[in-house]
Amino acid sequence: MSQSLSTQPARAARSARPTRSTGGSALAHTAFLTARLLRGFWRMPVYLVMNLVQPMIWLLLFGQLFKSVADIPGFSSGSYVNFMTPGIVMMMALFGSAWAGTTYIQDMARGVMDRFLTSPTSRGALMVSTMLFQAVLTIIQTAVVLPIAWLTGATFDGGWSGLVILFAAAVLLTFVFSALSNAVALMAREQTALIGISQLLSFPLMFLSSAIMDTRLSPQWVRDVARFNPFEWAVAAGRGALTASPDWGSVWGHLGLLAGLAVVMGGLATAAFRAYQRSA
Amino acid sequence: MSPKTASGNAPAITAVDLAKTYPGGRGKPPVKALNGLSFGVAAGSVFGLLGPNGAGKSTAVKILSTLSRADSGVAEVAGIDVARHPEKVRAAIGFVAQKSVCDPMDTGYENLVLAGRLQGLAGSDAKARARELLARFSLTDAKDRLVKTYSGGMARRLDVAVGLMHRPAVLFLDEPTTGLDPEARADMWNEIESMASTESMTVLLTTHYLDEADRLAGRIAILDGGRIVASGSPDELKRELRGDAVIIEIALDADPARAKAAVDRLASVRDVTDDARIIRARTDDGAAVLPHALAALDAAGVAVASATLARPSLDDVYLRHTGRAYSAAQAEEVAA
Repeated sequence: MSQSLSTQPARAARSARPTRSTGGSALAHTAFLTARLLRGFWRMPVYLVMNLVQPMIWLLLFGQLFKSVADIPGFSSGSYVNFMTPGIVMMMALFGSAWAGTTYIQDMARGVMDRFLTSPTSRGALMVSTMLFQAVLTIIQTAVVLPIAWLTGATFDGGWSGLVILFAAAVLLTFVFSALSNAVALMAREQTALIGISQLLSFPLMFLSSAIMDTRLSPQWVRDVARFNPFEWAVAAGRGALTASPDWGSVWGHLGLLAGLAVVMGGLATAAFRAYQRSA
Repeated sequence: MSPKTASGNAPAITAVDLAKTYPGGRGKPPVKALNGLSFGVAAGSVFGLLGPNGAGKSTAVKILSTLSRADSGVAEVAGIDVARHPEKVRAAIGFVAQKSVCDPMDTGYENLVLAGRLQGLAGSDAKARARELLARFSLTDAKDRLVKTYSGGMARRLDVAVGLMHRPAVLFLDEPTTGLDPEARADMWNEIESMASTESMTVLLTTHYLDEADRLAGRIAILDGGRIVASGSPDELKRELRGDAVIIEIALDADPARAKAAVDRLASVRDVTDDARIIRARTDDGAAVLPHALAALDAAGVAVASATLARPSLDDVYLRHTGRAYSAAQAEEVAA
């Protein structure tokens, strides 16, 4: 009696095993996995506070420290706060994304990653969910920093459309570097490798750009290198869109480059799952 | 008792001549993790892969569960080739890794529902199945607590539940009780036993506990150096050793060589060894031989401290097939 009771539901559900379609499930998997990351984030609000402290220090400290830079002849913008705000927004996006691979490192240190990879979980969804999660963090940070920039004198001459493009550029930059961070995590499997990205890559990229200093005042070679720097593309798009009369050709061109690179990086990083499994 | 599917008697797992070598890294020679591993597991059974750390158990599980690829050899799980159709294999298996497969920042319930959704269950089915498994594994009261607050035993039971969410045809359990205290281990054994009969699935269990394999597995294979050195049911393997072990501990001041010689002279014993003050022998009928052995020792003037009869254990099986005591093999691993 008890035997038939316990086996009956098992039998019924097994015959009703769902048929799976890979296209639709990749989107659904992305939603489930992104929701999981957001739940975890919501339960550790201390990370949010930590993520916000650093950009505020930069904004308030650099803003004061370099205030008179704007007075140098040849500097493009009249106000240093106006000049620096898009730079600070992109720096937050860059430095935050460098750590995106931490999620994978933690899942690999446990058996969570292996469990996902031995189930029909979409590899693309595993990748895109962490990129989306990181983009949400970037949006929150940006939304907190912009009012502070406004209080310290930023004017946002580009209006709402300029702000929307600033957010878009920050999100695309986040996609590019969180995909890179994930790929490094999958191949190196160690948190220390992520420190490598943030130290060896993020800082040079930041200084080889116009984030805090007008490249027209930098040596020629810095200007040349900056043209190929994805971080500079994001700064240029955001700053361009926030001016009173934007050069839309330049803004959309830089956004397009970022979007293309984000797709390429996402694809390459997803391929890194194969490298992870080869050495598993 | 449990309903058999049409393919009930087909093997659920077959591995033929699997080989896998890992690069050694920085001046070390490459490590041959698997060296011609072949075995089969009948559908609906519990099969134990037994061996010390480094014997190749985890590598075998990784290849069969599509996590890793063999350098050569063929493997099928649930009738599907793991190298050719890994995505089909993944829909048919549950995988409980050596380390926890749960997110500590999610609740037990959330972990289960997420696993079910990723396996393609509809939302309502996943929730119903999650509640069913939480009840079965005595986790209902903890269902809305974050997994990081669970005890080791609770977290391990949740791991197994995660592996069962989509009613897999084959479940891989990689060292399910390593690191658990004895009570939690006994609980887990009970769960695995009842689950194997109610879910009508095949379980591949890896363990380095001999008693665990003895208790849970219908058939076991002993791995050593990346290949199987013995396989069969635990009883078959023990029967191969023919007979009981007689273990006699002699008094502190007695002479071991003399004692060994006295036992050796008995007609019905074989494999007599002495190890410090312990004399071991093997015999077909221990109960009949023991009084004679004690009498012989008494006649030789050897005082006896204790005498024990033992049915052969998997420990003896391991010793016989690898030439090393199981505990010694494990100690080597720790030292290496």
